[in-house]
Amino acid sequence: MEYKQLVAFIKKEFRHILRDPRTMLILLGMPIIQIILFGFAISNDVKNTSIAVLDPGQSVTAQRIIKRLDASEYFNVTYILSHPKEMTPLFQEGKIQMALLFNDRFDDRLFHTGDASIQLLTDASDPNQASMVAKYATTIIASCQQELVKELRIPMQIIPEIHMLYNPTMKSAYNFVPGVMGMILILICAMMTSIAIVREKEMGTMEVLLSSPLKPSYVIFSKVIPYFALSVFNLVTILLLSIFALEVPVSGSLFWLTMLSLLFIGVALSLGILISTLVRTQVAAILISGMVLMIPVMLLSGMIFPIENMPLILQYLSNIVPAKWYIRAVKLFMIQGASAKYAIKEFAVLSVMLVVLIFISLKKFKDRL
Amino acid sequence: MNEATIQVQKLTKRFGDFTAVNNISFEVSTGEVFGFLGANGAGKTTAIRMLCGLSKPTSGWGRVAGFDITREPEMIKKNIGYMSQKFSLYDDLKVWENIRLFAGIYGVPHHTIATKTDEMLQRLGFASEKNSLVKSLPMGWKQKLAFSVAIFHKPKIVFLDEPTGGVDPLTRRQFWELIYEAATQGITVFVTTHYMDEAEYCNRVSIMVDGRIDAIGTPKQLKQQFESESIDEVFRKLARRATRKEV
Repeated sequence: MEYKQLVAFIKKEFRHILRDPRTMLILLGMPIIQIILFGFAISNDVKNTSIAVLDPGQSVTAQRIIKRLDASEYFNVTYILSHPKEMTPLFQEGKIQMALLFNDRFDDRLFHTGDASIQLLTDASDPNQASMVAKYATTIIASCQQELVKELRIPMQIIPEIHMLYNPTMKSAYNFVPGVMGMILILICAMMTSIAIVREKEMGTMEVLLSSPLKPSYVIFSKVIPYFALSVFNLVTILLLSIFALEVPVSGSLFWLTMLSLLFIGVALSLGILISTLVRTQVAAILISGMVLMIPVMLLSGMIFPIENMPLILQYLSNIVPAKWYIRAVKLFMIQGASAKYAIKEFAVLSVMLVVLIFISLKKFKDRL
Repeated sequence: MNEATIQVQKLTKRFGDFTAVNNISFEVSTGEVFGFLGANGAGKTTAIRMLCGLSKPTSGWGRVAGFDITREPEMIKKNIGYMSQKFSLYDDLKVWENIRLFAGIYGVPHHTIATKTDEMLQRLGFASEKNSLVKSLPMGWKQKLAFSVAIFHKPKIVFLDEPTGGVDPLTRRQFWELIYEAATQGITVFVTTHYMDEAEYCNRVSIMVDGRIDAIGTPKQLKQQFESESIDEVFRKLARRATRKEV
């Protein structure tokens, strides 16, 4: 009989969600739209990128490389510099996105020592663009080098030294996929769960449920199930989109990535339950989840601003944001291809958070009701 | 009257320094329609919550439907129905889905739910609304439906916490017909109300002032005792004693 009670109640929760198609559409559509926006709005066209060159030696090989770059559809050599200093204003006015600096004895070094370097300076205030531009340039330089080796039959190496200006830490271009995952899961699990529970309090139906033989823990459990299902669905969409549409591979273990996400979903759901025990109105639930969860997730999780650059006190504060640990471990699995043992710390922290949150919210729940 | 289905002895509930319910004792017999009156803040809701097993008394003793309110709240919950002032079912669920949900929660046998649902809707004249969302029904219908759902599982006692709030007089009359019908089936009705004309419909009423029960008896007895024309007058005479502010 208890099982049937639970089923009847879970059905009800699904109906609440399905009867409100607008909310459901937002919940299911949001991750898709975010991933596509982040993914494609940032994916840049490298065509006709303006560059400046400094070649004090006017050496043959350097001129050859410059011509090759200029001839490609990707670059336009728009400025010929006579001093490195001239570069700064051009960058700052946005007139160039990259500068190539050759040594004044470029050919000498190349033919006598067998290797010479070119400095590639890019404007990394837009990290995606900067890394794309640098990648294209190095490819062209490398093909020049191959030609030279073939023609001259002497071993030589041109080493492009890439310098990212203005954003030296060069956050990964794929940073946002883990970030979006963290944000969506917090949003759906914590915010929607707390709203769903508080709605019953506000409507007065919670009294009726509590005066029925239905166990309070069943009420909560049934609320959690549909949002758990939604979260898992979103997780799958985000992963599929990033793998197939954005070509961000899951280079680590998919199994551990899934385990990690389930753990994080658990943390977010218990946060939602905790919020629901603290507030009485839906508006308060939205505000608390918005202020206390969303903003820290965006600001302190490393999704937008690198944690290493924050003031020390914020760095400490970021440690209590569950999403920080989740996003860090997701990056390990998805982008760095690390195995599970490198994420032990993240797993441990999230597990401790889960246990503590469940403990507190169960205690609160009993006290309040 | 029959044997007592609610027995309360010296029931008290304190929140810190505040005594919400102060040493109340009364009995309600099976099949009785019992009016539980009192101004806002007099302690009615706290008392009902203790009777329903939702909150534990600070001291005193009570039995509801044969079970101890402190030790057997789970058994009480299985044997009562409850309808609160705010509650008018889930708006975004259909009529039959609401019935099905609560029948399921109260463990009504699965195979009987469908026929009992049709029977009930037929009796209420709502058969055509079976598939409507509750939000599309007029307020009075919602209340009647909510009451019918609260007694769908044939509880021994139904607690009604201001069930007719915000309903027009005609619908209130119809609602009270449903209450009498339930009482004739042997369901004890424990009802709080703001409307003193409704108090006249009860078999017996009690009036709470500042957490105490200051008067209890049939409407006729009370009117005699307080030399009043109506329960309304009795109520106002008693309410003047109150020192607590309304909350």
